[in-house]
Amino acid sequence: MTPHILTRTLDRSATIFLIIVAAVGILLPLSNLLFPEGSALHVPTYLMALFGKYVCYALLALSIDLIWGYCGILSLGHGAFFALGGYAMGMYLMRQIGPRGVYGNPVLPDFMVFLNYQSLPWYWYGFDMFWFAALMVIVVPGLLAFGFGWLAFRSRVTGVYLSIITQAMTYALLLAFFRNDFGFGGNNGLTDFKDILGFNVQADGARAALFALSCLALALGFLICRAVVTSKLGKVLIAIRDAESRTRFLGYRVESYKLFVFTLSACMAGVAGALYVPQVGIINPGEFAPGNSIEAVIWVAVGGRGTLIGAALGAVVVNYAKTVFTSGPLAPYWLFMLGALFILVTLLLPKGIIGTFNAWWEPWKTKRDNANAESAAREDGVIEPKMAE
Amino acid sequence: MSMLETRSTPSMLYLDGVHVSFDGFHAINNLSLTLATGEMRAIIGPNGAGKTTMMDIITGKTKPDQGEVLFDGSVDLTKLDETQIAELGIGRKFQKPTVFESQTIEDNLLLALNVDHRVRGTLFWRQSKAEAATIERVLETIRLTDARDRLAGSLSHGQKQWLEIGMLLAQDPKLLLVDEPVAGMTDVETHQTAELLKEINRDHKTVVVVEHDMTFVRELGVKVTCLHEGTVLAEGTIDQVSANDRVVEVYLGR
Repeated sequence: MTPHILTRTLDRSATIFLIIVAAVGILLPLSNLLFPEGSALHVPTYLMALFGKYVCYALLALSIDLIWGYCGILSLGHGAFFALGGYAMGMYLMRQIGPRGVYGNPVLPDFMVFLNYQSLPWYWYGFDMFWFAALMVIVVPGLLAFGFGWLAFRSRVTGVYLSIITQAMTYALLLAFFRNDFGFGGNNGLTDFKDILGFNVQADGARAALFALSCLALALGFLICRAVVTSKLGKVLIAIRDAESRTRFLGYRVESYKLFVFTLSACMAGVAGALYVPQVGIINPGEFAPGNSIEAVIWVAVGGRGTLIGAALGAVVVNYAKTVFTSGPLAPYWLFMLGALFILVTLLLPKGIIGTFNAWWEPWKTKRDNANAESAAREDGVIEPKMAE
Repeated sequence: MSMLETRSTPSMLYLDGVHVSFDGFHAINNLSLTLATGEMRAIIGPNGAGKTTMMDIITGKTKPDQGEVLFDGSVDLTKLDETQIAELGIGRKFQKPTVFESQTIEDNLLLALNVDHRVRGTLFWRQSKAEAATIERVLETIRLTDARDRLAGSLSHGQKQWLEIGMLLAQDPKLLLVDEPVAGMTDVETHQTAELLKEINRDHKTVVVVEHDMTFVRELGVKVTCLHEGTVLAEGTIDQVSANDRVVEVYLGR
């Protein structure tokens, strides 16, 4: 029988994960705001911003795991959706600067004045309103993914070929956004943000709120992914991953399923990017770099593909390592270490951290459950106690 | 030039003058075959005779260069893709058993069920009593009730064959294409499979069985078509076909 959506979505590990995310999302901002600086319980603002970045990455990793881990679509261009969401938020933040810019133009952002724009390009209209920007954060990556996916999946582009064209997609966007006349600030991108919804984006309170919101978004994204992968649609996705043409012969329109999950995933990546930008204070074309997308795939591989929790964990663990190593004397070697990590994980932990843990834990748990059931049965007198030989 | 108006035949499956070539190799050569509704047909033939290619054509995996392929009287299968053909009610069991290995046996059957296959339908799907009953019935038929929660990948070769037949049953198609159902099975299992297919056929389903195993074909006791180099070499009872000089010639070598 099919259990209710809540019971199937929230198994034990999912509940534990959500409790941890909620605890971090509540306790970290509280400790930052309530305890004075210097107190042992005070989390400094820079750390909160750093963790906030990790949380956004975790959401991006989750979106990649949804398509890669469950549907076998290896997107090496998911950073593009993340960056587009980030740009949509960045445009809102730019419009909030108003006349406080260096050039004091009430409408045009500084870079436009500098580049002799006479008026606001049409695609900047509406971004002074938060609701519109928030909508675009989801709509723009979603539309791009839908168009891209519609063409690719209908033509049955799969495997490495799909991965390569996703790389090409993010690279094309990188080049476009680098151009000054594209209207998004060229290689400097968008920065010098002042306010978000009337609050100073640099203030501790706004940062704490952004951090809490990122955790909320991660929790919601996780719930959506769980609801999808535990539904019958999730079983169809796995079927497509494991035997695509077999799934077709059962009457499933494979391209529709891929399109659905790819678009959903891009929307999630967009939200992650939108929460990331106000916390790091800048968005520039570098976010479209193909390497970023590949790095995000490594997080998922390290944490455990097809586990959701593993993807989030992998994003946090790898990025924490990156922070530690790139700020020390080992900084020049970080990319080598990342490459080595990927090779080692592929060779030694092909299921990632969570996958390996599950493989070790589940037989043990089954044995324990069986033992419990057996002893219960014995107490009930259902089975005879085993005799020692 | 082929006639443009839609043809209509009283048969369940109608192939006429079908040609397929891959890079100059004529896999199917002027193949014509007719199956009446409710008929079971065994297809035999040496390797490379075009048996699997014929199934690929019927299920939309391969498009014929020439010829007519009609289903259920008038549906032109050459214009449809795999999904549309499956939705019409043509189910297929592959030569190499293809089940969803990382999912449980019950989920394999669940995926095969003949219900709404669209995205929204599956996202908000809840199992009905009738569907649960179908799965129960199929599990019993293929004798995997006790193994329902096991991963399909952990099954033996013969069990996988049965699971795939079970998936066909859950799919509830009008026409079943069964490619080498007893490969790798023991004699007992082969016998049981023949019984199972006969039972399926008794439920008024049209069945095409491709098989090498002559004991099995004999046990089915149905009309046999022998293919060779993409065309029909002989047709008739198993005794007639195996007595045919040309059949003996292609099977035993020239």
